Formats: sequence, C-alpha cells, structure tokens
Amino acid sequence: MAELIAKSPCDGLLPVEIGGVTLREVDLGHLTALAPHRGKEKSFAEAMKAAHGLTLPKPGRATGKDGKRLIWFGRAHVLLAGPAPAARLLSHAAVTDQSDAWAALRIEGEGVEDVLARLVPIDLRQQVFKRGHTARTQLQHMNVSITRLGDDAFMILGFRSMATTLVHELETAMSGVAARRAG
Amino acid sequence: MRVNGKGLVDRNSPLSFTFDGRRVEAFRGDTVASALLAAGERLVGRSFKYHRPRGVMGAGSEEANALITVGSGAARDPNVRATVQEVFHGLETTSQNRWPSLDFDLLAVNDLAAPFLGAGFYYKTFMWPRKFWERLYEPVIRRAAGLGALSREHNPDRYEKAFAFCDLLVIGAGPAGLMAALTAGRAGADVILADEDAVMGGRLNGETLEVDGRPGADWAAAVVAELASMDNVRLMPRTTVTGAYDQGTYGALERVAHHLEDRGDRPLECFWRIVAKRAILCAGAIERPVAFRNNDRPGIMTASAVRTYLNRYGVAAGRTVTVFANNDDAHRTASDLVAAGVHVAAVIDSRDDAPDSADFPVIKGAQVCDAAGRKGLENITFRTALGEDKIQTDLLAVSGGWNPTVHLTCHMSGRPTWDPTIAAFVPTPGSVPGLTVAGAANGAFSTHEALQQGMAEAKAALSDLGVKPAGVDLPRAEDGEYEISPLWSVPGKGRAWLDFQNDVTVKDVVQAAAENFRSVEHMKRYTTQGMSPDQGKNSNIGALAVLADATGRGIPETGTTTYRPPFSPVSIAAMGAGVQGAGFAPQRFTTSHVASVGHGAPMIEAGLWYRPSYFPAPGETTWRQSCDREVNMVRNTVGICDVSTLGKIDIQGKDAGVFLDFVYTNTFSTLPVGKARYGLMLREDGFVMDDGTSARLGENHYVMTTTTAAAGPVMRHLDYVHQCLVPDLDVSFISVTEQWAQFAVAGPKSRDLLNALVDETVEDTTWPFMGCAPVTVQGVKGRLFRISFSGEHAYEIAVPSRYGDSLFRLLLARAEAMGGGAYGMEALNVLRIEKGFITHAEIHGRVTAFDVGLGRMVSQKKDCIGKTMSERPGLSGEDREMLVGLKPVGPVKQITAGAHLFEKDADPVRVNEQGYTTSVGFSPTLESYLGLAFLRNGRARHGEEVKVVDHLRGITARCVVCDPVFFDPEGGRMRG
Amino acid sequence: MRLTCPQCGERDRREFYYVGDAVALERPAPDAGDEAWEAYVHLRDNPAGETRDLWYHEAGCGAWLVVTRNTVTHAVLDVVLASDVKGGGA
Repeated sequence: MAELIAKSPCDGLLPVEIGGVTLREVDLGHLTALAPHRGKEKSFAEAMKAAHGLTLPKPGRATGKDGKRLIWFGRAHVLLAGPAPAARLLSHAAVTDQSDAWAALRIEGEGVEDVLARLVPIDLRQQVFKRGHTARTQLQHMNVSITRLGDDAFMILGFRSMATTLVHELETAMSGVAARRAG
Repeated sequence: MRVNGKGLVDRNSPLSFTFDGRRVEAFRGDTVASALLAAGERLVGRSFKYHRPRGVMGAGSEEANALITVGSGAARDPNVRATVQEVFHGLETTSQNRWPSLDFDLLAVNDLAAPFLGAGFYYKTFMWPRKFWERLYEPVIRRAAGLGALSREHNPDRYEKAFAFCDLLVIGAGPAGLMAALTAGRAGADVILADEDAVMGGRLNGETLEVDGRPGADWAAAVVAELASMDNVRLMPRTTVTGAYDQGTYGALERVAHHLEDRGDRPLECFWRIVAKRAILCAGAIERPVAFRNNDRPGIMTASAVRTYLNRYGVAAGRTVTVFANNDDAHRTASDLVAAGVHVAAVIDSRDDAPDSADFPVIKGAQVCDAAGRKGLENITFRTALGEDKIQTDLLAVSGGWNPTVHLTCHMSGRPTWDPTIAAFVPTPGSVPGLTVAGAANGAFSTHEALQQGMAEAKAALSDLGVKPAGVDLPRAEDGEYEISPLWSVPGKGRAWLDFQNDVTVKDVVQAAAENFRSVEHMKRYTTQGMSPDQGKNSNIGALAVLADATGRGIPETGTTTYRPPFSPVSIAAMGAGVQGAGFAPQRFTTSHVASVGHGAPMIEAGLWYRPSYFPAPGETTWRQSCDREVNMVRNTVGICDVSTLGKIDIQGKDAGVFLDFVYTNTFSTLPVGKARYGLMLREDGFVMDDGTSARLGENHYVMTTTTAAAGPVMRHLDYVHQCLVPDLDVSFISVTEQWAQFAVAGPKSRDLLNALVDETVEDTTWPFMGCAPVTVQGVKGRLFRISFSGEHAYEIAVPSRYGDSLFRLLLARAEAMGGGAYGMEALNVLRIEKGFITHAEIHGRVTAFDVGLGRMVSQKKDCIGKTMSERPGLSGEDREMLVGLKPVGPVKQITAGAHLFEKDADPVRVNEQGYTTSVGFSPTLESYLGLAFLRNGRARHGEEVKVVDHLRGITARCVVCDPVFFDPEGGRMRG
Repeated sequence: MRLTCPQCGERDRREFYYVGDAVALERPAPDAGDEAWEAYVHLRDNPAGETRDLWYHEAGCGAWLVVTRNTVTHAVLDVVLASDVKGGGA
C-alpha cells in the first residue's frame, strides 16, 4: 500500500547563504495554537507550567528555548512550538493544530537586521526588540510572526502557501544588503 | 577652468565621461556640473517652453537649468540634475529638450513667439474647437514643451525600500546638523544623520570659512569621522529627507548606486521610512536670484554656487567675473575668486551703503538690467543714478539673498513666518510635532549661530528623550551680521525670469495679477510658476514678491503657496520599491500546485491563489474540450479537485454555537456533532456577505468554510462581531486554511475510490449526506466531509498540508484508474451552474437572501447580523431582481456573463433593462449554454422568453427563464 | 501615520484596517426601530476635530481598536481595545 509522503513548506527552496546571512527552514515539531477559555486564563497558565514547564508569555514575548517554546501569537493566542500539547490543556483552552500551517525559517548572520529592515515595518533594533521578543507583523505583504532568537538570529513564521514568496523576498533583500556591505 | 590648489576633488583620480557624446575629463568627487564648468561647457540645456539656451545655475539639488539624461537604453534616467550627479568613469550623459542638437535647436523658434506664449496662453488659445484638444493641441504641446523622456521600456534597475528607527533624526549635515548629531551622538542617543550630498559638511565644503581655527571642510570631515566611529550614529549620505509625515515618520530617498560604475546587486535607490522620536531640520538655505532682463543666460549663476565650484571643486566658472548682489554675503564670492587668482571685474551692489573692498571695485547703488550672449554670457548692462553702462564679463554671480529651507516644516499644513530683518520666510515653531529647526534653515545665517543652534536643539531633544548630554564644546566660528536690502526684480523692458524651469517671467506674474489671479495659489496655477521639478525653490519668493507688489500688498499678506512632499523629486520606481515583479503580491500555492502544473494544467489567479483552470488530456486542443470532458467525468465516474483555497476557520468555545447563530442567518447551535450545514452570512445592512458550510466537530468545536475570496474579510468580520459586539461570549477562532489540504472527490464512484484509500469504511450510515467525521488515510489522521458543490455524490477529504502533494497524486492515480481524473476551475464552474449554486459572481454585495431565493434561511426565531435591516421594505418583494436560470431558445445559442435582460420585444436600452446575467457556461450534461441571472420579479416569470443583449460583444440571444437549478432539481444524486 | 496598539505598541498604519466611526460598537436592539437602525448603519458625522473610530490590527495581533484622534492636527489621542470598551474583555 502506498504511503503518504510528508513535504516541508520550503521543500527544495532552502537553505541559502548570501553575504554571510543564512536562511534555512527549521522543523519546530508540533505547532499548536492555544486560546484560553473565558475566565480560564489563570488556570491555563498553571496547567501550561505544570504540563510543559513553560511560563505563559506576555504580549510581544516568547518563553522557553529551542525545541520547546511558547510564543505570543496575537490577541487571543499563544503558539506552543515543540511538544505535542498535553491533554490536560484541553479543559483550559481552545487547542488547534497548526503544525502544517506555517513555514518556519531561521535567518541569521551579521547584517540580518538590515535585511529585515527592507521588509518588516517594525523597530527590530537590538535595544528595542531583544532576544525573546516576538511580534505579529508584516513581511512585505505577508502576515508573519517574528521572534528574535539571538544577537544576529531571528525566527520567521509565514503562511505555508506563501513560502515561495517569503523565501523570494528574503533572498532579494539579502542580496541587496550583501551588495552594499561588499563596499 | 580648474584652479590649482583649490577644491576637495581627488586630483589623483582622473576619469572621463561623455556629454552628448563628447568626452569630458573630470576628477573623482566632481559632479557632472562641476566637470562641465571645468571643461568650459556653458550651454547645458534648453528651457521648457521657449527653448532658451541655459547653463548651470546653482550647485545643489534645487538646480533649475542643468537637467540632463543619464545613461541610455532601458535604464536611462531623465531630468537628473547635473549638480547632484556624481561622475564616474564611463558615465554617459545627454542634454534634453532640444532637437536636433543642443547647439542648434529648431524649437527655439518658440522664443521668438514669446509675446504670444505668456501666462494663460494655453488656456486661452486652445479652448476651441474642443475636439482639437486631444488630437492636435496636446500632442504638439507635449512635443514642444518638455523635459527629458522616458525610455518606454521595462525598468531593469533594482529599487529598495527600507524602514529605520531612531531617537533623533538630523536632516542636513552642515554646521548645524553636524553639531546637533555630535551633541546627541556623544550623549549616546540613537541618531540618524541624513544629508543629500555625497560629502557631509554642507556650506562648509563650499566656503573658505574657518571653524575652530581650521578650514571648515576639515572640521566637518573630523566630525563626520567621529560620528562614523559611533555605534549609535548612522550616517546616511546621498539621502534626501523628502517628507515629514504623521507621528514622527519621515520619507527619505537614498541614492545608492547612481554614482557607481559597477553597481553589482546594489539597488539604484532606496526609499526609507524613518521613524524618529525627535528630529532637527538643519537643511540650510537656498540662495535666490534677482529678476532682470535676460537673467537666464548661460553664465549667470548664484553667487554661492560660484563659491562652491571654486572652493569645493577647484573650478573657476568664468574668466572675468562680475558679482551682482543686495547683501554682504555675496561679496565673499569676489574675495574668494580674487584670492584664487580669478579676475573680478566688479561687484555691483544695489545698496548705496554696500561695504568697500581693497581687492575689487564695488559699484554701489547699482543694478544689473540686461545681459547679452545667447549661448554664453558676453556682457552685462548695469544702471546707476548716472545712467547705464556695460561690463564685458563671462560670468555673473548673482545673490538676491537667502531663503531658509523651510519646506519640511510645511508638510503638515504649517505656514512659515515672514522675517523682515532677513527678508525671508522662516519656519513657524511647532509646525511639525517633534521637529525643531536649527541654523540657516531657521534664518540663522552665521556659522557661529548655526553651530550654536544645532547644539542647543540637540540638547533640547536629549532632554525630551531623557538622555543626559555629554560634554561638547561649541567651536569658534565667524559670527558676521547678515546685511540685506530686498531686491526682487530690476525694472525695465524685456523678459526677466522668475521660474527658469517653467519659463515664467515677471511679466507673466504681473499679467496674472492684472487678470485678477491675485491669490498666490491662483497665480501659481495660472502662470505655472513653481510647478516644475524644482517646485519653486528658486522662484517662489521672488514671484510672490512681484505679485505682492503688483497687487499692492505686503509679502506676509500675500503669503506662500503650500509646500508639499517630496522636497525634491522622487522616482515612482523608488516610491514603489519592493513591488516590482514577484514582489507585487504574494503568490499562494496549494499543495497540489506542482502536480497540477506537471499535468499541464494552466493556472489562473483566484485572489492570491493559483488554481488549475483545466487538465488537458492528450488530443485536446481547446479548454472547452477539456472542460466538457471533466464535467462528464464528474457526472459519470469520479473527479478530484483541490479545494484547499476555501477559507477554513476553527471555532471553539462553549458559546461557539450561540456565536454562529449570531453571524449566520440560520441556526447552528442545534446542528448535531458530526454534521455539516450550509450557512448564509449577511452584512449588517442586510445584504449577503458570504456563504459556506460549517461542520460541528465536537460539542464546542466547529470548523467554518468560507469562499476563497472572502476568507480574509470573514475572519475580520468574526473578530469584529466577537470583540466589538459580543465580547462576553466564550469563543475563539483561528484560521486553519493553511493547516489542511482539502480535496473534493466527486462523482458516482467517489465512495468506491475512498473506500479503497481510507482505513475506515465509508458508507451512508457512517457518512450520510452532510455528515463529517475523522478519517485515517494511510495512517495519517484527516477529516472527511460528505458535502458537494457539484451536485454529485461527493466528499471532501482533508489531511495536514504536509501530505497534500502526496494525497493529491494518490487520489489522481486512483481516479484515473477508475476512468476519472482531476478537474479544474472551468469544470467546477459549469458543475455548480448546472446546479444553480451561487458564488461571488451572484453574491456580489448588492443582493439579499430573498434575491438569491434563500429568504427562508433567515431564521425568524433569533437575531442575527443583518436580520433587522434585511427586513426593510424594498429588500424583498416583486420589485427585486431575483436569481433565475436562462436557457437559449433562439437561433443564437450563446449567453455571455454581464449581458442585460429585456422583455422579448422591448428596445434594448437602459430604461427597459430588467436584469443581467452573472454566470454562464456550456453544459455538456444538458448540451446547452446555461446562464444564471438576476431578473426583476424573476421567480414569477419562469417560462417567459427574454432578450439577452451583450452590447459590448454585440451578442443578442433569446432565452427562456427557468429555475436556477437546471440539473437534478430533487438532489437525488447528491443525497443518494 | 502610526497607531499605538495596546498589545503590540507603536505600529505603522499599513498594519491596520480602517472601518469608521466607533458607533459601530453600539448595535441597537432588533426592535429599536427604523430610525435607530438607519442611524447605526448609515449615518456618520464627519467632524473637523476629534473622532472616535474603529481600526483592526489585521497584520498584527488581530485586535479591534477604538482610536480617538484629531482629524485636523492628525494627533492620535487614545487607543484602546474595543473588547474593553464593550465592558467584556478577552
């Protein structure tokens, strides 16, 4: 019997390296959107802590680390990246599988802020947008989630269907910045 | 002519470029203008209307005369100011607005016709006959009056946009700007210093003035070096801040690669959106000309430009120089020239009390009243109380005083204030929130004042930002008084130019006033003064002074026209940077995209999505052949279609059912778990917004389907209803469109196909019509819905997107083995028309539930969005245009979408219109064209014959009105 | 133009979708009568001065916002979550 074969959103597109900045696709494991039920905000936070050891992030923040991260994902949602959601969370929050909905990219290298400044209309300066900060915003015309992972590293989540455009835009910006940095 | 020992250009880096095909020698650091002047080229362009010979007039971005075209072929760039284009080896430049050549221009005949071409000429002359305007007058005028021309080819250059953020934006890097940036930079604030020049320093690079005991240019270079070493300071040379916008947003154009021989992957330009908590405008001032007869001759320049060419570029722009001024500042031009060994014939000063000089003759109380030398100045005539006299001179350096560069302070409706002591407009404080002004832009014309104001404004900004200032000493610099006696135009016969670019003279402005265009805004539009690329930087103040005089008012009462962004021209390509080619809009690809393209399917755009139009089989040569086959395939065997583009929204919470009851016209709270229901959504004004199927997956869990087109708007609507109207409901939603790859499996053999594929057994008991349940496909968990948009026994199967490509290929292989295959949008459309199913072709925003025959879906048992307004008189009843089907019965068997309906024997004119067609297709099932249409009181007119007229395509058909459900009206195939 | 979203901070106007007067929050009862509904759906003031309107942070957190601003000076005076205005809360 034939088997269904999984394909990643950026299959065949990545990785690329231009002028010292690398762009690659990352497998974050399970992606789960969680929206606490009305009046269950506190118990949800407790259940999350107990089940996954993760602190519920404030707006604009991500908690945890590579492999297990909880990312603020908008007005109503947080995104659990890594483990499958514990069953106990179901009684506290709406749980929606998003594992296949997002293309997850990691972009890093010297000058990465300059690359993103070509595409993203928010203030990503290190002193303002620190490690562990996250934002829902736009990359060119696409709605994305951006999280700073390090001094020169960001994680970008974009719609799976737009992965080709997402990669194209980032590559274009990377080549423009690289040409300038070349002097 | 180069002057030895002068200038900041690199004499060790010679290079050459071409101007009108001629080779011109230059040095690195030159502009095209400085190199042309060094080479003795005085004639560089022709004026807009009269085709008058023109030379370089200034040395900055406000240049009105020296407009050139740079490059050739597709990438050629017209209307570049020669004064800002830096030279590089091999640069190709050409003059503009002349034919056949710059030296011999046939259209210079316009100059002889000047008495007829004054203000309002076009308005008066080409009024009549009206139809001549488009065919004759406009093309002729466009050819005669003009600037450079575009290549009319695709622009091959790259452009970029970028965003930047800072504590303090300093606009202009002259003494005030450098001092401001230094003060803020040393204090640790995040500073952006932007300057339109390639070399920062502003006037300091064009003067011999000293700062802190050394040449001003050296001081500037040292400050720039210190700023460049600071991590918290970003220097942006070649960057013009073009506009001030709301909440501290500034637009800026960076010329990234115009000066480079080898651009590599660099963008040509970058358009920046800079967000600054505070900004200081240190844009300096622009020297203004004086209007006198023939003041536009090549060889007449501003006095400061002559100094700049001498001190910065080491170029004497003439051999025998005369200065004409009404202020002390211009006397420095004569001093600098004499010191450099250039002959100064005289300084002609309009003031009786002008200062004397030991180095050159000063003729006081005198005015230049004419200039001769058509293609290059030969002599000037001046007038004193004693009469007129001539001076042989090839360069006249003119100064009518200085206008502070107030433009940015006016971009948010601010109006500048008249300062009579300097005879100029100065910024009105507070005109742009968060922006202050320092230095010459603020009317402070001495170097000392500029430095001092730059420092003071930076300290004030630091205080606002809560940053502690660090130690910065104010350098020593000259602090001379600025003495000026206003002189706008020299009386006399002949034409005296105000706006050089648009050929507007003193006479034109006076004539405008005489014809009662007394408001400065009216004068501007009547004469076109200030409407050229320099936007009146050289002419506005002079023109309004002349207007004030002509109307007997003062300058402050006359006022200025409005200054709007951009400060200097910005190419459309830079404004639109980032949206060239693939950047225009994101492309959304389904998981089956690659396989569909592999099957030869032409893809069509559906919003941002790409969907297959049809899947051509071997031997098929037209889309209709493929479409007909695919329709038959679905009706007789089984077809596969990717429906992942439909919006899918996951809705959860204990109030989910109540919430859906509120957004849909029908009831969902009573829907059993494991069932789906068709729902209709209204806007609050009672018209249909969207439709789709929602399924109940669990007690508190639904998944809603929207149309492809409305996926975004429906999500926004749900958020609105929840947050703004019923925030107390416990419900949340998130789009799962991207999560699931979903395929329609439609046709009599669909169940057989699925049963061979999924782990469960698909039967009418487990998946009855409108049933839904989890399913497992080769071990992968998915969802299976028994829903149909084709009218056949059909399913939609959904799996996580990562398996979409694989599942599509599998479904396709199975279907093909059973005599079926994939079907595209064309077949999908025909299938749904045969069934009378609506899409946004029908629910286009002006139809009600009643109109589409779904009035009974608006539940009377509950409130919902749009219900109250849908009950308004006029939104139902026999006057409404109602959804009907149309079948051709006459000799013409074709119906077209968008055609109009008329009674059988009525004239096909607007007043007789009875409705229109919305969707049409050829039904291979019924072997006829079928149409869906809206027809007045249509449901009562089944059986009537109507005339269907497509005026645009010239098609008239006779059709019979019928029920919109053409095929299987009882729905037995779908339910069975 | 920039708006300060209570959740996301200051953001460029491009991230927001504009709707219009915040009167949209005050939906009349179904039986409120023609005039109330007419006013709710169609009638809008167009003041030179302070307005209170609804914006959607569509490219951001997805919050509906009530923005108080001045149409003459372009000053943005206040931005609050619509769900808070309604007395509910997320």
